[in-house]
Amino acid sequence: MLAIETKGLTRHYGALVAVDHLDLAIQPGELFAFLGPNGAGKTTTIRMLTGLIRPSEGTVRINGIDIVRDPLAAKGRVGVVPQRSNLYGELSARDNLIFMAQLYGLPRARWRARADELLAQFGLMEKADSLFAPLSGGTKRRLTIAAALVHEPAILFLDEPTTGLDVQSARGLRKLVRELNEGGVTIFLTTHLIAEAEQLAQRVAIIVKGRLITVDTPAALRARVQGENILELAVPEPTEGLLAALKASAAVADLSRAGDMLRLTVPSVDAAVREVTAITQRAGVSITAIRTVTPSLEDAFVQLTHLDRDAMQNGGPRRQEGGQP
Amino acid sequence: MNRAQLARAWYITAKDMRTYYLKAPLISWGILLPVVFLLAFYLRAPGDIAEAAPGLIGLTVLFGATSVEAVVISFEKRIGAMERLVMAPVTVNALLIGKTLSGALFGLGTGTLVWLASTLVWGLPLAAGIPLLIILLGSVAFALLGTLISLAVREVFDAMTVSNLFRFPMMFLSGVFVPVTALTPVLQVIASLLPLTYTVDALRHLLLGGAGAFYPLWVDVAASVVFAVVLYLWTLLLLQRRLEDLL
Repeated sequence: MLAIETKGLTRHYGALVAVDHLDLAIQPGELFAFLGPNGAGKTTTIRMLTGLIRPSEGTVRINGIDIVRDPLAAKGRVGVVPQRSNLYGELSARDNLIFMAQLYGLPRARWRARADELLAQFGLMEKADSLFAPLSGGTKRRLTIAAALVHEPAILFLDEPTTGLDVQSARGLRKLVRELNEGGVTIFLTTHLIAEAEQLAQRVAIIVKGRLITVDTPAALRARVQGENILELAVPEPTEGLLAALKASAAVADLSRAGDMLRLTVPSVDAAVREVTAITQRAGVSITAIRTVTPSLEDAFVQLTHLDRDAMQNGGPRRQEGGQP
Repeated sequence: MNRAQLARAWYITAKDMRTYYLKAPLISWGILLPVVFLLAFYLRAPGDIAEAAPGLIGLTVLFGATSVEAVVISFEKRIGAMERLVMAPVTVNALLIGKTLSGALFGLGTGTLVWLASTLVWGLPLAAGIPLLIILLGSVAFALLGTLISLAVREVFDAMTVSNLFRFPMMFLSGVFVPVTALTPVLQVIASLLPLTYTVDALRHLLLGGAGAFYPLWVDVAASVVFAVVLYLWTLLLLQRRLEDLL
């Protein structure tokens, strides 16, 4: 039986189609990432999968249970970590967990014991009696995840788990997610961070404007762009003339900028290196660094979605025009 | 509704009581306001102060119960905490009961305190404890009214403001300051549409021997029950339809 299965899942908000005929099949034990820019429909999807909002069309099955027909049974089998760490600020860490234990129907004798188990597991025992409101962002996030695990769900949903966290906390959190998955929990997480999906997930679904672009393993997605070679070079202050000359060259298929590097997609590395050397020489520019790059999931993402890197951070999907920086 | 769901409703109530009973809006609207009215009544006519008891009890219950709902619903909507309750295996009915009970209990508690104090200080009759039933019915109806209003607005501040659209007219038309018998016929018709009218009217029967009462006691009790039931069904329907607005 599949852990999560959707068929034709669709959600309208007025005229807007937030999620458009989504078909997903997630196996028990998988760590599945739902990758897309802000506004792609990730949160709407997670809310439909967890029974917070109703689909306009289509079905969701959690462990075979239709979430619209039997919401209580389905909700009892999943844990949800919303985008906001929304536990109760006026309750202590432990009391928040105890309240969740009550809501999810744990027997009275287990309330405090389960809360303390989770506090210990998440390294939060010393915060047990601290109120939730003044805790740091990273601690709040961990506690929000702990709250979703009180009833030992088989499936855990995480909506943008590392958003707003500092690098250290985000890294710790990814480790935690991986450990939970290794412990047997099926994980469905949304993210707009390509690297996060690549590091964590066994399979990645890419969603843009509510539509599923593709679902595959990170390796398979990378392989789709493997046929191409990428050459990165650094020149001090590249002029317009130089860029135009590089783009016009037959040895260069595509040119973009990645940080302070020029990024060239080239049919042949050998031909490109010779050509680029010649062009820079003619322009009287010296190359300060040059390297070939293995295509990353990011490259695959850019090619599959035609979104540029910045669109992921800035939210609004933006068409990339011919690879121009 | 089964026992497991009822238990969950109670846990929601218990958490809300613990978390919000001491919040500023509750202290000011639920506790300070009745005290201010008591002083106002006293300054107007120190000799007749006992006559103010039914209105004072009614106002206390009304403002207490509606203010709690403004906080436990609007405030939690704002911080995103209602999402927790919607994603948990809790039925809409249990959610409604859990959220409304904290307001009803607050109204019941503060209303009962004012009633007991008035019997002690002014020697009003205990009336075999029946006023408790009237206070209870009023608390439930007003808490549901507060829930209904709070579901419709976004912020605690809005909930308080919109609540006042209902609370202030009730204050003047429901026999709190002026008995309904002294109103013009048109205003009497409007008063008959307001739930507070029946709470105060019943208490006039029970505490003042019927002075200033407009309806028979049985009408007051029946109307209070009808208000509670209708408001319950209405709120449940609204919550079922607009559950997504809580997120």
